[in-house]
Amino acid sequence: MSPHSFTHAEYLAHLQNHVLAASRCQNCGELYLPPRPLCRRCFAQDMRWEELSGRGELVAFTVVHIVPSAMLEAGYDQDRPYVSGLVRLEEGPTISALITGVDAHHPETIRVGSQVRVVFPRGDQDPGPAPLVFEVVSES
Amino acid sequence: MRDVAIVGIGQTPVGELWDKSLRHLGHDAIVAAMQDAGIETADALYVGNMLSGELGGQEHLATLLADFVGLRGIEAAKIEAACASGAAAMRVGIMAVASGMADVVIVAGVEKMTDTLPHETTAGLALAADQEYEVAEGATFLALNAMLMRRYMYEYRVPHSAFAPFPVNAHKNAQGNPNAMFPMAISVERYINAPVVAPPINVMDSSPICDGAAAVVLVPADRAKEYGQGKRIVRVAASVSATDTLAVHDRRDPLFLEAAYLSSHRAYTLAGLTPKDIDFFELHDAFSIMSVLSLEACGFAPRGQGTALGESGAIALDGELPITTMGGLKARGHPVGATGIYQIVEVVQQLRGEAGTNQLKHAHVGMAQNIGGSGATIITHILVGED
Ligand SMILES: [Zn+2]
Repeated sequence: MSPHSFTHAEYLAHLQNHVLAASRCQNCGELYLPPRPLCRRCFAQDMRWEELSGRGELVAFTVVHIVPSAMLEAGYDQDRPYVSGLVRLEEGPTISALITGVDAHHPETIRVGSQVRVVFPRGDQDPGPAPLVFEVVSES
Repeated sequence: MRDVAIVGIGQTPVGELWDKSLRHLGHDAIVAAMQDAGIETADALYVGNMLSGELGGQEHLATLLADFVGLRGIEAAKIEAACASGAAAMRVGIMAVASGMADVVIVAGVEKMTDTLPHETTAGLALAADQEYEVAEGATFLALNAMLMRRYMYEYRVPHSAFAPFPVNAHKNAQGNPNAMFPMAISVERYINAPVVAPPINVMDSSPICDGAAAVVLVPADRAKEYGQGKRIVRVAASVSATDTLAVHDRRDPLFLEAAYLSSHRAYTLAGLTPKDIDFFELHDAFSIMSVLSLEACGFAPRGQGTALGESGAIALDGELPITTMGGLKARGHPVGATGIYQIVEVVQQLRGEAGTNQLKHAHVGMAQNIGGSGATIITHILVGED
């Protein structure tokens, strides 16, 4: 595949098709999420898309009250905060994402180590400003 | 390569300076540094700044400032490396003098952050993070630091209160700095009960949004006696910049600031020193968690023991490793692109014996470390006072 592939646009297109996709180095086997065209371990440029399970663990989180412009436009603000987190996928990579299935007004009830799974917007839903969303399915 | 010396320093007060525009802030700091050095001209002006374009609609900043301080005709350029822009400009200035391509160089750091609305400033600061894979998913600069602090507390089973010594020390020291934004002491109780801004980070963990400018004058060390009007000459013993992944999620261990490790340890090697030889450390306490991660990566505390170093009292003015001796980012203030130069100015103040009531008894070797983003660019300078 071309070294100019594995762009953010292609990644988003996969998400719209309900596929969380990473790039895997065909030379050394390293897996990249976000996808990269160049392997930072062995420098090979032979990558392939690979679908991930979408299951993982909440590594860290916070509640965002002071929201950037894009999230403000989407309806979030000081009184309507959202939870932002780091998720480690069961395949290995870690990624930043919006976290749902938790109470943003009660962060003390959210647990590091909780199991999460990716949720895709339904066809009739506006995907919103944050394309990647994980839902907490069970506490650690 | 030539040794480089700092022969002039200047700074403005840090705060919400609505009556002064970017060019006036830069003017005040640069003119003060030129007067301190006793110079009327220079070969080049390098300006560290992060947000003049995004928040002020003004780029081409260094050329604007060069003319405004009466130096039209000289070389000028702005250097950007997020919150590490100040130290990045410093390093460019050092390279210019060390290489022999310039003899007298002014390096300034200038930032104006309080003329815009909070969500605009938040979006501006978030430019330091990965736009496509962090910011687009809702992460902000504050949020990323909050996640690091949460992870630290989880992995090392450290309570939030363990971070108290860092802001308490910074505010105590700011009382002796006439340029500090928040020169008032805070108690441990006030820290613990401060309003939460992004859990677990509270207001007292966070450096303020503010304006400010600072500047230094660099010359070849062997000509330093011609400048600075007899003040102690300060030599640059090491200047090292290192990088890490821009996105926090791309790091194998987000609690280890690899760029801080690389830049500090390369700096120790260049200067022929070890962490024990550092008399004091102006670190990048944009958030309390960054102080702890920096101390651990630079070899001052083992992994997971950074908060214990704070609790031991070692970081106080009379401790073994005083930090944030003039208030740090937390209490002096953090005008992002200017911060790296404020740190250098404050190290020079200590080395010259000009730190007033905050003067350290033993100040011969000082270290400054400026961090861009959530640890992606980290620049370490070691400065030595000449006898
Ligand atoms: Zn590879």
